[in-house]
Amino acid sequence: MAETGTPIRYALYLGCTAPVRALNYERAARATAERLGIDLVDVEGLACCGFPLKAVQHDAALLLSARNLALAEAQGLDLCALCSSCTGTLAEANHALRSDPALRERVNQVLEQTIGRRYEGTIQVRHFVRVLYEQIGPERIRQAVTKDLGGLRLAAHYGCHYLKPVEAHDGFDDPENPRSLDRLITALGAESIWYEGRDQCCGGGILGADEQTALAMPRLKLERAMAAEADALVIICPFCDIMYELQQRRIERLYETRYNLPVVFYPQLLGLALGLSGEEVGLPLNRVKSKKLAEIAAAGQIPAAF
Amino acid sequence: MNSVIDAGQSDPALVDEIAAEPGGEHIRRCFACGTCTASCPVREVTERYNPRRIIHMALLGLREPVLSSDFIWLCSTCYSCHERCPQDVRITELMHAIKNVAVRHGYIHPSFRAQVELLGQHGRLYEITSFENERRAEQGLPPIAEHEQEIAALLVATGLDRLATDGGKRAADG
Repeated sequence: MAETGTPIRYALYLGCTAPVRALNYERAARATAERLGIDLVDVEGLACCGFPLKAVQHDAALLLSARNLALAEAQGLDLCALCSSCTGTLAEANHALRSDPALRERVNQVLEQTIGRRYEGTIQVRHFVRVLYEQIGPERIRQAVTKDLGGLRLAAHYGCHYLKPVEAHDGFDDPENPRSLDRLITALGAESIWYEGRDQCCGGGILGADEQTALAMPRLKLERAMAAEADALVIICPFCDIMYELQQRRIERLYETRYNLPVVFYPQLLGLALGLSGEEVGLPLNRVKSKKLAEIAAAGQIPAAF
Repeated sequence: MNSVIDAGQSDPALVDEIAAEPGGEHIRRCFACGTCTASCPVREVTERYNPRRIIHMALLGLREPVLSSDFIWLCSTCYSCHERCPQDVRITELMHAIKNVAVRHGYIHPSFRAQVELLGQHGRLYEITSFENERRAEQGLPPIAEHEQEIAALLVATGLDRLATDGGKRAADG
């Protein structure tokens, strides 16, 4: 799929959550990357991005980010992350370290003394979905689709750190009216529906600090996606998955209601549209089952009527 | 919250301390328009979190009520306010700065201290055992490792290892 002469090659940044809690996402991302000619390289040594430390100590968070940036740089690779929080944390740190040589030197002094590493500020950090959007593009994805997802009403959830803060992500999409995920969804033949509170945060950032408050946030999202008659919520972050899918039964019990709203990672949909099997995109691991997606995966073609 | 503010309680050094913290530099730009609070998805579900109020309390120098509060830990870091603030207060980073000051004075929410401990032990938020790697193998995914030693060394270099072993809240003058 990649244009000849422009190989798309990244160090794959898994982060903490995806490789333990969202194996379906990781599996679908790796499989679709391979189909589309994106080379995702496993680099030994990558660890936490630093996000949990931002609230505790700025410098410690920056050091953890810089360590990962240094590891990818040593391989001559840009970083491609699956988790939006990791993407935002690493991209923000990268932005600061690249634009402020004095800060970079201060960070490098600690990195060198402590773990013998340096970061020279030569790489980029992008979310996997941004790579799909910018370097493959909705049009080429549309041409590669072998199984049209027409008939599916999908509610795109961009989340926060995929887009914001905007300067860390080179302003590649508008945080007030983002279009990238919608365009990637419609490229598969599905409908990307409007619903209230599209830009609302999943609440994952405060799940540890105040569970009741945190769960009230995904509750609103689930309510609103249901009100818009979505077939599924489409996400691109493993922590959003924890809030919308893993916590869905608890939210239902807390608020004495029933959603049963399927939550899928965009690469899973992409993989099905590219002709991969349900198994190959990790569909059996999705907790809230989608009859429509299972039918699409099994039938090898769109059922005539839902 | 509804009582008259006692000027004798006010500590003007608080805002200097926050402004000196990375991310806190723009706190004095706030003209209290409330765009942050109106944009806040946490505020939408609870009145306990109100960014405009927190910034205003900090500007008034209400040191203990701000630093010892639970509400400063309720920012979900969504950056909605950050993008919309007409004064470029950079509120998400400012909230991190306020929390960083609180931590330095001995106040840390237990869930964040637990995360620091996990990072020191495993280099990540979730422990990786043979169980995790067996599950990964079932999905045809390569094994992963913890690399906790380098992370633990960086936590020592920044003093956060002591935070993890300090136990609960210390006195503010600790």
